[in-house]
Amino acid sequence: MELLLVFLIGVLYAAGVYLILRRSMVRLLLGIILLGNGTNILIFLLGNIVKGKPPIIGANLKVFQDIYADPVPQALILTAIVISFGLTSFAIVLLKRVYALINTDDLDDLNTPEEEEDL
Amino acid sequence: MLFTVLSGLITSGLFIPFGKYFRTKWGAVIAILPILLFCYLLQFIPVISTGITLYESYEWVPSLHINFDLRLDGLSLLFSLLITGIGSLIFIYASSYLKGHSYLDRFYGYLCLFMASMLGIVLSDNIILLFVFWELTSISSFFLIGFNNDHADSRKSAITALSVTGLGGFFLLAGLILMGSIAGTYSIGQLIESASIIKNHELYPIVLGLVFIGAFTKSAQFPFHFWLPDAMKAPTPVSAYLHSATMVKAGIFLLARFTPILGGTSAWSYTLMIVGGFTMIYAALHSLFRTDLKAVLAYSTISALGILTFLIGIGTQEALIAAITFTVVHALYKATLFLTTGIIDHETETRDLSKLSGLRKVLFPVFIAGTLAALSSAGMPLLFGFISKDLIYEATLHSEQHLALYLTIAAVLTNVCLVAAGFMAGIKPFLGNLPQQYEKVHLPDQSMWIPPLILALLGLAFGLFPAVAGYFIVSPAVTSMSAETVNAHLQVWHGFNTVLLLSLVTLALGSILFLYNKPDSRKLTLLVPLNKVSPQNITKKLFKKFVNFSAWYTNIMHNGFLRSYLLKIIIFAEALLAYELFIGGSIYIDYTQLSPISIYEAVNVLILIAAVGLTVTTSSRLTAVVGTSAIGYAICLMFVYYSAPDLAMTQFTIDTLTVVLFVFVLFNLPSFINQANNKIIIRDSIVAITFGTLLSIIAIKVLQVPTDITISEFYGQFAYTLAKGKNVVNVILVDFRGLDTMFEIVVLSIAALGVYSLIRLKLKSSEKD
Repeated sequence: MELLLVFLIGVLYAAGVYLILRRSMVRLLLGIILLGNGTNILIFLLGNIVKGKPPIIGANLKVFQDIYADPVPQALILTAIVISFGLTSFAIVLLKRVYALINTDDLDDLNTPEEEEDL
Repeated sequence: MLFTVLSGLITSGLFIPFGKYFRTKWGAVIAILPILLFCYLLQFIPVISTGITLYESYEWVPSLHINFDLRLDGLSLLFSLLITGIGSLIFIYASSYLKGHSYLDRFYGYLCLFMASMLGIVLSDNIILLFVFWELTSISSFFLIGFNNDHADSRKSAITALSVTGLGGFFLLAGLILMGSIAGTYSIGQLIESASIIKNHELYPIVLGLVFIGAFTKSAQFPFHFWLPDAMKAPTPVSAYLHSATMVKAGIFLLARFTPILGGTSAWSYTLMIVGGFTMIYAALHSLFRTDLKAVLAYSTISALGILTFLIGIGTQEALIAAITFTVVHALYKATLFLTTGIIDHETETRDLSKLSGLRKVLFPVFIAGTLAALSSAGMPLLFGFISKDLIYEATLHSEQHLALYLTIAAVLTNVCLVAAGFMAGIKPFLGNLPQQYEKVHLPDQSMWIPPLILALLGLAFGLFPAVAGYFIVSPAVTSMSAETVNAHLQVWHGFNTVLLLSLVTLALGSILFLYNKPDSRKLTLLVPLNKVSPQNITKKLFKKFVNFSAWYTNIMHNGFLRSYLLKIIIFAEALLAYELFIGGSIYIDYTQLSPISIYEAVNVLILIAAVGLTVTTSSRLTAVVGTSAIGYAICLMFVYYSAPDLAMTQFTIDTLTVVLFVFVLFNLPSFINQANNKIIIRDSIVAITFGTLLSIIAIKVLQVPTDITISEFYGQFAYTLAKGKNVVNVILVDFRGLDTMFEIVVLSIAALGVYSLIRLKLKSSEKD
């Protein structure tokens, strides 16, 4: 199963990089989201992958008796998801604002032509 | 001594808040500072002349052996007296010269900074400290040369001067660090003791070359001399101070200071003799072609600096005595000539030698000062210049047998030209008939004509009583450059000998040259063919090429297109990763460690890949957003399989919210236009797939490394016993790492505020374009 995840990481990163190299701002943003997802899975892979054993201590127990999924990568990913949502939501609204101002989604139109200066 | 150095820096800083009070006639008050310092330094003369060196030390960066070490020996005393003494007169002179200038306070600020840095150079006992002050002189002189910053010429000269001296500074720093690491110390005193280690070290030639470049750029030696004539765009007091008496002497000081450390070898002597000798002849000849008073003086200054370098290169005791004496002589007469030139320029508003004449009738005291200085520079008996000229000839005649003749010829040739140049600058404007337009010229304020007169009379006084200067100033300075105590016997009368004959021949030939060399601007055109190969021109071309290169580089690397930046960053990262993986050893997969694949997982991954493909390829914005959310939900399912319920819930919520937000904001945007051609798509695909592959390989490598679970075990064990929580992930977030989570909430709140205000913000009609 791990190999599938490894492959998935590659696909997500490749798609993310391809999208952030596009001229459209929306695609740039989607690319960032995909890169974030790829990174989350990479972090997930750092811990041991366990099926059906969430890191929750049983009802009448004080410590784990059985093996359990690694809680540290999960805590990290949870933080990452939430923070990247902050970034995404702000970027989306910013994008709307830019669109309202210059009526385009094309990054190249954001470049202000600078005056040529004599050296 | 510490205060001597720092007072100028502090005063300079005080000009920022209090400068406006000095813009008026009170400007001259600031001259109290150099006068006080001069008097303070004068009292050390008796002590230092017995051969004692005074030290002071303050810790600065002891771990790097960089300390605020100061030393006062004969050499530093001589230079600091010149700096503060001439500085006092310049400060007074400038108050009249720049009277009413709206930036007078700024001028004095720079001047104080400059004076303090020069004092720092000559008083430092630590070569790194010396370097710091060395750079400060470059920087403050940049401001002083560019003082008239509304003239393009001024700005350009300032940049030229800064780039040449600054470039030299880099070389000097490298040389100093190398020297310090060879000897294991940065203290000049200790370096002198380990001189033989440095001289015998295999890196000695490199150290020497680096230090030489530093000294030559500062002291305007060929081929770095061209910044000095350019620097004449500065106000005249600056030229007088920086470009005759002090800053350009810093290079000479450096050579003198390092004579006991690096000197005495044939590499040292020959380099200095050749460079100095060539510079002195080249610049002396050049000075004859000029008609601008300041240009004449600039070239004769370069020539004089050449003589000094040349003498230090000869390196015999006689030569060093001659060098030190000539330093004083030159500072006195050259500052005088610059100051008289400044008066002429100020009153007649021209510096063209072919127009000026007969000014003695209206500027008599200035005439006296100019004549005395010119005669001193010519080496007329009874003036200080005569003595130094004698010493120079003695030094060349008594140098090594096979060289003596050539060196003497070079010295005579230079001096003949300098005699003529001195007469041109000091006497020519005052002789002849007074043209009508100058009849109304009147003597300036006394604070302008007294300083040059004082300097000129000092030249006369030292000329009459050379033994005083010899005992109190020259001998201690030479002593600190050589191993044993030196007694320089400076005399007016040496008897009839070759030296006297040479002096008289020089004087006679120089006078004849002066009479036959009429200033004429047409002569400059004779030099035009030479300009093509002049260092100045070559530097200009290099500079232009450099600017072109920068423009090209900026266009490639910093062209304002986000994706172009990203592409470069990603390709660079790929190169680094690939290199690291390439040297990182083999990759293997341990299949026994892997968990089996179930049908659910396989289907889920297939959905994911299909969603990614849809997102990347679709031309509809909405479809792309939906594709992204499908990816998110698929990942969410994966978290469910792999025992991460909290992650699944979070991912689900966030994904839903993102889609809602996207749709809310983007539903009215047009669909994607196909903005890229196939070539670019293929290029980007290759870059993207390479990146994905590299990351996959890294992920495989991650699998190879056994996971360290100590931290996880800690949390698993104590989640309930310490924090009374059974969901370990939650306990980590809200308890063990609670503070982190709090800040995360802060970040989110800020983002939320941003989102809210951007949505609420109404566009003004003027903002739409």
